[in-house]
Amino acid sequence: MLENEEIEEPTIKPVKEIFQTFFKSYSAVTGLIILIGIAVMGFIGPLFYPTDPFDMVWMPFSPPGADGFLLGTDYLGRDILSQIINGARVSIAIGFSAALVSCFIGVGIGSFAGFYGGWVEETLMRITEFFQVLPTLLFAMVIVALFGSSVLSITLAIGAVSWASVARITRSEFLRIKELDFVLASRSSGSNNMALIFRVILPNAAAPIIVQSALLVGAAITFEAGLAFLGLSDPNVISWGQVIGSNRVYILDATYTVTFPGVAIFITVLAISLVGDGLNDALNPKLRSR
Amino acid sequence: MLLVLLVVVVLNFLMLHLAPGDIADTIAQTMGGADEQDMAELRKQYGLDQPFFIQLFNYVVRVALLDFGHSHFYNLPVFDLIMERFPATLLLVFSAQILSLFVGILLGVYAAQNPNGLSSLFVNMFSLFGYAAPVFWTGILLLIAFSLHIPIFPVSGMRDITIESGNFFVHFFDVLRHLFLPMITLASIFFAYYSRLCRASMLEVLGADFVRTAKAKGLSKKDVLLKHALKNSLSPVITFAGLSFSAVVSGAILVETVYSWPGLGTLAFNSIISRDTPVLLGILIFSTLMVTVGNLLTDLTLKALDPRIKI
Repeated sequence: MLENEEIEEPTIKPVKEIFQTFFKSYSAVTGLIILIGIAVMGFIGPLFYPTDPFDMVWMPFSPPGADGFLLGTDYLGRDILSQIINGARVSIAIGFSAALVSCFIGVGIGSFAGFYGGWVEETLMRITEFFQVLPTLLFAMVIVALFGSSVLSITLAIGAVSWASVARITRSEFLRIKELDFVLASRSSGSNNMALIFRVILPNAAAPIIVQSALLVGAAITFEAGLAFLGLSDPNVISWGQVIGSNRVYILDATYTVTFPGVAIFITVLAISLVGDGLNDALNPKLRSR
Repeated sequence: MLLVLLVVVVLNFLMLHLAPGDIADTIAQTMGGADEQDMAELRKQYGLDQPFFIQLFNYVVRVALLDFGHSHFYNLPVFDLIMERFPATLLLVFSAQILSLFVGILLGVYAAQNPNGLSSLFVNMFSLFGYAAPVFWTGILLLIAFSLHIPIFPVSGMRDITIESGNFFVHFFDVLRHLFLPMITLASIFFAYYSRLCRASMLEVLGADFVRTAKAKGLSKKDVLLKHALKNSLSPVITFAGLSFSAVVSGAILVETVYSWPGLGTLAFNSIISRDTPVLLGILIFSTLMVTVGNLLTDLTLKALDPRIKI
């Protein structure tokens, strides 16, 4: 009984410590609060502000504050505030799921490359290098242009082009960790390769991967906005990038139609990067001094 | 390098092959429909009735012979279209990259001298900004500020069409004036990253023994910083700049669209609108070429900086 407690103690404490370090940092907590606020706005906001973002409610190009529209109306007379509230959902959803997709691919490729070494590593890292050389935005543009611009294809396209950094980080962590004693111990106690990769090494390599994935969420949101700006967005849903993209032509007449959704993206991505920095500090105590 | 290009070409072909609909469908649509026999005729004409690998081989051979297909929107060969636009993008990408490296290194060296000072804070703030602000949005804001409210710079384009005659310098400054805002916009994402890296690696190098030796033998502060420390701290920055090349090209596409810069980005934008797939694929191949050349230049620079590196 006593032995058990002694073993359990160090496995619980680090998690607590991670939370403590994370919540001690003002910027990380601020980022988290902003992020939660934006998510709440996206998911519950429409209940309190029921204007349909696709409805033409007023004259086009009504400036902010005038006629009861806080952020004004766009080129079709649609309420921009409502578009921003409803766009939050799609932008955040695409951001997170695209990051998840690239995390999935990146961890898969990186872990196999790092674990097996030899020609497997050689081949997989060549593929990774290739995806680093490829101009990501153009490649995603080609995918979306060819396969149609639905939320699904946009998410997959963003995920498919931005996993290279995750793969590199995963591989280098695997290269380091697989030489450690506990991996050898686990192997000698009969774990097969799959168990070693996913149960033994991956949890220990998780910290930098999590941080990188957090940053990928932000990158994916700007990526989606970029695609939407070029006209490659799902016409059936409102996202921030789409609001900017559709009003792009009129920026010289009505700057606010572009400014406000841009501010929304900026604040969200900034919050994500603050959270990412906080996670980095909390998960990698060694790097804290940098 | 050639391998990378080959893979891009194969990937292009695969995407074309996997995407719903083929060129026969597109042509049939624009003609207002065709019956089975016409469709089969069209497919035969474009070699679509051949087995998969033969089609692939034909495609690769055509691309190798610089035949990227025909743009049905501009009614021109894709290669000519791209060649016409390529220099503008090249100018934008390389000038932005060089500017952000220059400013980044300068700021990094400066910030490294007092690691907790104002300049370090500025560098950190700006790298957050570069990460969070979508580049096209920064571009639009700069455009509104410096072309609309304070009209110093032109709104769009690369040349002033009212300037017809004049010597080389007139044209040179005209292009420079047009280039300024797009270049600044594109550089704004990257210079802070570079300066952050440069600051970190300068701090590391400044603590090294050989810097102490240099100081001990009585070199001036400037000589220690620029001749001994900087040269040794540059390689991570240059390496990262090489890795960023594809991001710079991606950013250039958005920036070009904002400023109507007549490069590959605006061409890509137009070809999306007009569903001109061959052009888009050609641009993908060319921009990959640009990134690989950029990487090659990075490797050469690294080698020049550090003779120990072998390519």
